[in-house]
Amino acid sequence: MSTLTLRAAPPERLDLLNINPLALSRLSQGEAERLEIGTTRTGVRLGDCFAVALDRSDTLTIEGGHERLDRVGASLSEGTIRVAGDVGQRLGAGMAGGSLIVAGNAGPYAATGATGGTITVEGDAGDHAGGAVYAAKAGLDGATLIIRGAAGAHLGDRMRRGTIVAGRAGAFAGSRMIAGTLAALAVGDHPGFGMRRGTLLVGTHGRMSPTFVETGTHDLVFLRLLATALRSLSAEHADLLGKPLRRYSGDLATIAKGEIWVAA
Amino acid sequence: MSDLTLNGIPVVDTFAEAFDVAGTAIIVTNDTAKWAMIAATTMTGFATSVIGCGAEAGIDAELSPEETPDGRPGVRILLFGFEPNGLKDQLIKRVGQCILTCPGTACYAGVDGPTKVKLGGAIRYFGDGFAVAKRLPDAAGKARRYWRIPVMDGEFLCEDSVRAVDGAVGGGNLLFLGRNHAETLKVAEIAVEAAKAVPGAILPFPGGIVRSGSKVGGRTKGMMASTNDAYCPTLKGRAGSALPAECGVVLEIVIDALTSQGVSDSMRAGLHAATEIGGKHGLIAVTAGNYGGNLGRHHYHLRDLIARDDAKPEG
Repeated sequence: MSTLTLRAAPPERLDLLNINPLALSRLSQGEAERLEIGTTRTGVRLGDCFAVALDRSDTLTIEGGHERLDRVGASLSEGTIRVAGDVGQRLGAGMAGGSLIVAGNAGPYAATGATGGTITVEGDAGDHAGGAVYAAKAGLDGATLIIRGAAGAHLGDRMRRGTIVAGRAGAFAGSRMIAGTLAALAVGDHPGFGMRRGTLLVGTHGRMSPTFVETGTHDLVFLRLLATALRSLSAEHADLLGKPLRRYSGDLATIAKGEIWVAA
Repeated sequence: MSDLTLNGIPVVDTFAEAFDVAGTAIIVTNDTAKWAMIAATTMTGFATSVIGCGAEAGIDAELSPEETPDGRPGVRILLFGFEPNGLKDQLIKRVGQCILTCPGTACYAGVDGPTKVKLGGAIRYFGDGFAVAKRLPDAAGKARRYWRIPVMDGEFLCEDSVRAVDGAVGGGNLLFLGRNHAETLKVAEIAVEAAKAVPGAILPFPGGIVRSGSKVGGRTKGMMASTNDAYCPTLKGRAGSALPAECGVVLEIVIDALTSQGVSDSMRAGLHAATEIGGKHGLIAVTAGNYGGNLGRHHYHLRDLIARDDAKPEG
């Protein structure tokens, strides 16, 4: 297991886009330490901020997180990255595969554009987790995002495919959703605002948008498959499907192929 | 007739000639085993012969809730056609008319294979734009894509595509030469039970048994197949009859399977089961149908099937 140990709080925001187990396995100790990770003209390099210990394995541990560590795991396609602490914005942005685990909290736009693999945040995530960055076509795009704590507003905004599981989420969860699945034990106001397709499963919710219509309770085969899919990610979320569920259809302001299932 | 015998019953030293076909399997589930079976029975109706029905189909197995993707009782159906395109056409028609229409059913791929055959992705148009696709991992973590089509009892859930296997074989067969109808039918029924117990094999004819065995072509212009006159008891005594004087009835079982080994195993099971009770029921001999060996690449020699195991079918 390769390890990067943060020596002190970073002097500026750091971009860890190119730091992953596969990339590091091809580099010598010196080459790795000279990798540029700074975001200003000062030219901060990996070795300036981290003690680097490489063993060419497919697992990388970052000891000591910080909210200035941006795009952690963004280029991950295989292997595992574990962060023993917090991370900054765009955790796992565009990630294609592998496993990314953050023991602390994550900043905004976690998992944006991620097409594969699993991203787990043991703490909380900022706004727009699994959501699209400005001008991007889609947010989460096939990966699995698990947030054990609370997510901010606009969770899964414009997500296109994949699954998000969150403990709690703020307002506008699943807003502008193109497709995919989002499950949360509680969400704020206006879940699914502007969603086109996709499935929201929520325990409780805030104010519902007037452009959603209740279709009643339904015992659909699909819910059995959803329970199977969620069971391996979170038993608590899968258990929501064991209760009678009310279904809302919408957003009628768009093509209205989305749905929100609410545990009654 | 033959120097081969099994359980005291003569076995003609010949072979069954079978063909490469396109084959697939689907799983149909429902809230109850009864309704899963109703759907499966309906879908596999009129599917005895590829030539006349477009496909050969049958029920491979009843599945417990633990064996199905959605945890409900189910039935595994096998469907065979000449080639994947014909198979697709029949699959869409049969699922569309018999599974989609049946209350409570859902439909899943039942076998893995190299050729993708679109199913839910074609039937979704019945949803008139209201159908939605959903990609979810199954219990093994493999992503599968489903279509959810609104229907009057809720939703019809159907997997986007199924898979056709390489190596499916159609046309394994056994002919039972008996003295009278009732006794020979009993022998054939017991052979069917044994043959269809082999996983991945079906017997597409009514009750697994066919009385109208055929030969290629006929005296009437345009006939692709006509009665197998050599085995018709009412034509005994003529030149070309293959029946001994004491034979009054011939019944045949036909076997399709997803693998050549499946056909071989199924034929062996049928042969042994039939000859074990054949003596009591007036079974005169067992033989097999072929076309001289020039049409089908799979030849199942009865001589090889007499051994309990280790059959190595030619082809």
